[in-house]
Amino acid sequence: MSTRTLYDKLWESHIVREEGDGTALIYVDRHLVHEVTSPQAYEGLRLAGRKPWRVGSIVATADHNTPTTHWDEGIRDPISRTQVETLDANIAAFGAKAYFPFRDRRQGIVHVIGPESGATLPGMTVVCGDSHTSTHGAFAALAFGIGTSEVEHVLATQCLLMKKSKSMLIRVDGTLPHGVTAKDLVLSIIGRIGTAGGTGHAIEFAGEAVRALSMESRMTMCNMAIEAGARAGMVAVDDTTIDYLKGRPFAPPADTWQRAVERWRTLASDPGAKFDTTHVFDASTIRPQVTWGTSPEMVVSIEDRVPDPDRERNAERREGIARALEYMGLTPNVPVTDIRIDKVFIGSCTNSRIEDLREAAGVVRGRRVAGSVKLAMVVPGSGLVKAQAEAEGLDRTFRDAGFEWREPGCSMCLAMNDDRLEPGERCASTSNRNFEGRQGAGGRTHLVSPSMAAAAAIAGHFVDVRRLY
Amino acid sequence: MQPFRVHTGLVAPLDRANVDTDAIIPKQFLKSIKRSGFGPNLFDAWRYTDRGEPGMDPATRRPNPDFVLNQARYRGASILLARQNFGCGSSREHAPWALADFGFRALIAPSYADIFFNNCFKNGLLPIVLAEREVDRLFADVAVFPGYTLTIDLERQSVATADGSLTYGFEVDPFRKRCLLNGWDDIGLTLQHADEIRTFEARRLHDQPWLA
Repeated sequence: MSTRTLYDKLWESHIVREEGDGTALIYVDRHLVHEVTSPQAYEGLRLAGRKPWRVGSIVATADHNTPTTHWDEGIRDPISRTQVETLDANIAAFGAKAYFPFRDRRQGIVHVIGPESGATLPGMTVVCGDSHTSTHGAFAALAFGIGTSEVEHVLATQCLLMKKSKSMLIRVDGTLPHGVTAKDLVLSIIGRIGTAGGTGHAIEFAGEAVRALSMESRMTMCNMAIEAGARAGMVAVDDTTIDYLKGRPFAPPADTWQRAVERWRTLASDPGAKFDTTHVFDASTIRPQVTWGTSPEMVVSIEDRVPDPDRERNAERREGIARALEYMGLTPNVPVTDIRIDKVFIGSCTNSRIEDLREAAGVVRGRRVAGSVKLAMVVPGSGLVKAQAEAEGLDRTFRDAGFEWREPGCSMCLAMNDDRLEPGERCASTSNRNFEGRQGAGGRTHLVSPSMAAAAAIAGHFVDVRRLY
Repeated sequence: MQPFRVHTGLVAPLDRANVDTDAIIPKQFLKSIKRSGFGPNLFDAWRYTDRGEPGMDPATRRPNPDFVLNQARYRGASILLARQNFGCGSSREHAPWALADFGFRALIAPSYADIFFNNCFKNGLLPIVLAEREVDRLFADVAVFPGYTLTIDLERQSVATADGSLTYGFEVDPFRKRCLLNGWDDIGLTLQHADEIRTFEARRLHDQPWLA
């Protein structure tokens, strides 16, 4: 048999049928559902008189609209409340394998609770009406975001009609320097290949530096595959994957565990497997990253300066840089370390897991948030992450330093709840998108790692976190 | 789904690359549990100078006169001319819903983000890919000729000016083309293979019971 990539293996093992033109009916193992992209799908199902094909595939939670303070008061915004209650009603009517509603102690960001509950397993197809579903690819799953029509399609048929993507290998050799994280690595990759660099591709992250990453760091990388334009990102199975999964509530029980592990061990690209596109990076050259513009590809290292549009020869790009700088209120050629911030957000499906919080707390411990910073907040990715952090005393570390310690949810990553930037406010954020208005109309987002966000909170401006260790 | 066969319409140009779905329809409007009514908030942050919130009466809003869709010459446009990587970012299908609700039937750009591209086809909205230089030419012509219209013929896979002086062919996936021409519902098509899905599923869950 010819050599196959991990993506080939995942794709081929889910083909129910295939047409002559390559359109395939792909079986979906895990369907993650949240309140924003599901109501119209359930309504469609209801109007057509259909039922979910396999209720046991569905894991649902409310995360996008939920408040991060005053849970005792419920959801004050009536429109948000209706959306969350609509999910409650749909799950009550149609069922799910698991539902973690608002205020459940296991509630959280859908891309945090899937892995932490063991609902995301190697070899699965995982879909969700959310582009950051790519996160789950860290488990050698084929995981990608879908639109609401496709959510309805999966509910009704357990399948999706699609064509195979091209394959891309991103191999990262070497070792990440101390103080440089998976977030810096993935931002730097996006800076190099661009936000459309992975369009039409499924990315496999591999190489020595990726092998050395924890599952949570691999999730951070795969999470941002979509920011490079790729619907799916993935990492092969190894001991790190298996160790992480062991004992999780939905992981295989003892009687099938060994069989599952044997099968999972095959989920890696064969030696010599061919990719349509390959990029190679050297981890040892990566430095802490800060985005300066309104697209994740607009990124430089902490040692650099804000770019100068006059130095860009391509007219479209020059205009893009100038427009981004105007929106961001930045002057060309200013050192990144001179950029002062108003708010700090540590959270999101990219960086709200326990290791992220430990990393940030390590920087914060014994220090104080700068007086010029109006708000510094930590939003854990799930109720279980929050409980774990509290058990370790991280909440005290953050609170003592002047951070707010919030309830879990998507929060200010996309500002559908009350957590948002006011026009002109500048934020150091561990989230994934710095688009215009993403964190609030007129808000200015700089994407960074959790330790860099923590360091910026302490200094009041961006600083090289490596100097604080 | 509304079929798409031949469409002639006014072209509006949106001359910037990497337009993301947050820009197409900002997050505060995603709280709706309906599929319709997003048109008034299409490109909300660019289209109005006041801050948009759900439930506002569009008649009371302050339109931004500089935004292209607010210019009289583009009123009633049904074809949006755009730049590369249009629709990047979030998977929100509210983006094609908003474009369609506003009155767009087709988009023309050199490239689109994958999820957005896919979502368009589910909503009778045809995203046409043309070469960069062809898109450049259309941008130039739209700027010069007020009332610039194009005719899109999906069966023939062509984009043409009214006088026929300019015609570009485009590629489209044959399966998606058939669905769009006929206005077919994907779910109905897939359920014709329900037995195959059941067989596949039964074998899969038998071999890997931990997936159940």
